[in-house]
Amino acid sequence: MMPDLGNYATEILLAYGLSLGLLGALIAWLWARGRAVKRTLATLESRRSPDTHG
Amino acid sequence: MASLWEYANPVKFMKLSGWLLPLSAALAVLCIGAGLGMGFFFTDPDYRQGETIKIIFIHVPAALVAINAWAMMLIASLIWLVRRHHVSALVAKAGAPIGATMTLIGLITGAVWGQPMWGTWWAWDPRLTSFLILFLFYVGYIALWSAIDDADTAADLTSVLCIVGSVFAVLSRYAALFWNQGLHQGASLSVQAGTRVDWAYKGPLYLSMLGFTFLFLALVLAGTRTEIRARRVKALLLRERAAA
Amino acid sequence: MIALLVRDLKLAFRAGGGFGLGLGFFLILTVLVPLGVGPDASTLGLIAPGILWIGALLASLLSLDRLFALDFEDGSLDLLATSPIPLEAVVAIKALAHWLTTGVPLALAAPVLAILLNLPVAGYGMLVASLALGTPALSMIGAFGAALTVGLKRGGLLLSLLVLPLYVPTLVFGAQAVTRAAAGFDPVTPLLLMSGITAASVALLPFAAAFALRINLR
Repeated sequence: MMPDLGNYATEILLAYGLSLGLLGALIAWLWARGRAVKRTLATLESRRSPDTHG
Repeated sequence: MASLWEYANPVKFMKLSGWLLPLSAALAVLCIGAGLGMGFFFTDPDYRQGETIKIIFIHVPAALVAINAWAMMLIASLIWLVRRHHVSALVAKAGAPIGATMTLIGLITGAVWGQPMWGTWWAWDPRLTSFLILFLFYVGYIALWSAIDDADTAADLTSVLCIVGSVFAVLSRYAALFWNQGLHQGASLSVQAGTRVDWAYKGPLYLSMLGFTFLFLALVLAGTRTEIRARRVKALLLRERAAA
Repeated sequence: MIALLVRDLKLAFRAGGGFGLGLGFFLILTVLVPLGVGPDASTLGLIAPGILWIGALLASLLSLDRLFALDFEDGSLDLLATSPIPLEAVVAIKALAHWLTTGVPLALAAPVLAILLNLPVAGYGMLVASLALGTPALSMIGAFGAALTVGLKRGGLLLSLLVLPLYVPTLVFGAQAVTRAAAGFDPVTPLLLMSGITAASVALLPFAAAFALRINLR
């Protein structure tokens, strides 16, 4: 399945691996932060008006 | 026809991004998956660069987004300074970590791509050097946002920094070109010099570039939504404290 | 406006005003580099333009965070902002004072330090010329950075982070001018480019800096 990457297999895999890793880290960070803020906002909004839905 | 300025309204922006974000994300996954998939598994080695040509499918799109992210931040900063739309300031703020990451990816892939050619893990090629300087600009911009408490002051100051920074970033690009030809005319090989991309690579490359653009859009929308919510959190906390 | 200039100069020359500090730092750097790099004369001669220029950059940074901070803290900046002198002119004068107390001494002291670094003889003239024409840019760009960070406690580190990338074009062209002259090549192109950057910075950055100051004074 994996193509023969020749002499520079390490370089290619390193490039792809680090890049996808960084992208994954970025997305994970954005998502985690987004969730945390969303939760805090929901808490604050329910405190403000406990009789309405958040 | 609705004006684009409608989306300066946070509520309208949230509604728009509510469906645009997942759509963008889906398109991103599709295009990047197809582009990188085709590129990695189904392209032949370049007669000169061998299999390392495969790195182009990440390097070029990442570099493209790295530059465009800054350009977007510049425009958003100008809109903030002129029209005072908070959404615009937050779009600029959200774009920075994404642009910085893309710059880093561009740097790493660029350096690694050059390793077989230059024999070192890093070379002070003008293009790579310019990207390294761009990364420093991103870091400074993000640092300034973090250092200032008042949101509007932070938005104003970072906008000015972005504008002045843009001028100097362009100057630095020319300086790096000048600096590397120096006394050794033409001795350095830019990673893309002499790489006439064969049409066989263009398909996956363009697909990948498109995918990275959708990804950038999705991430900026996501980041801006979080910033808008964070701003509301701050406002609510302030109100609670004032009431207490 | 002259009064403002004289006042700032007096402040700089007084206790810990930063005048001697820049020069002292410049000297220390010139001593540290050979200690770090090795005493080989030809190596030092090659890197001398860069070292001297970087020394100028770093020495310039030293007194930047105080450029507006002192006046900001005791309220004088508010007074200056509402005075008949345009804030842009205030910025320019402060940058001028900074240059007179940092850039000019550096440009004059550089040849002496260049001896320590084995700069080829052909480079000395261009060394002084490039520093003389380039350090005003360092002061002006620095003033812009100082204006951005004036409201921050301990903004010195952030100031350096913001300003050093902006220094890159001046550094590259300035150091290249000296390197070329030292090697016997024509230094005119980088010198002109560097001077262009200085001229543009001095003309335009006061507006950006004043803008930032007004934001911070709100």
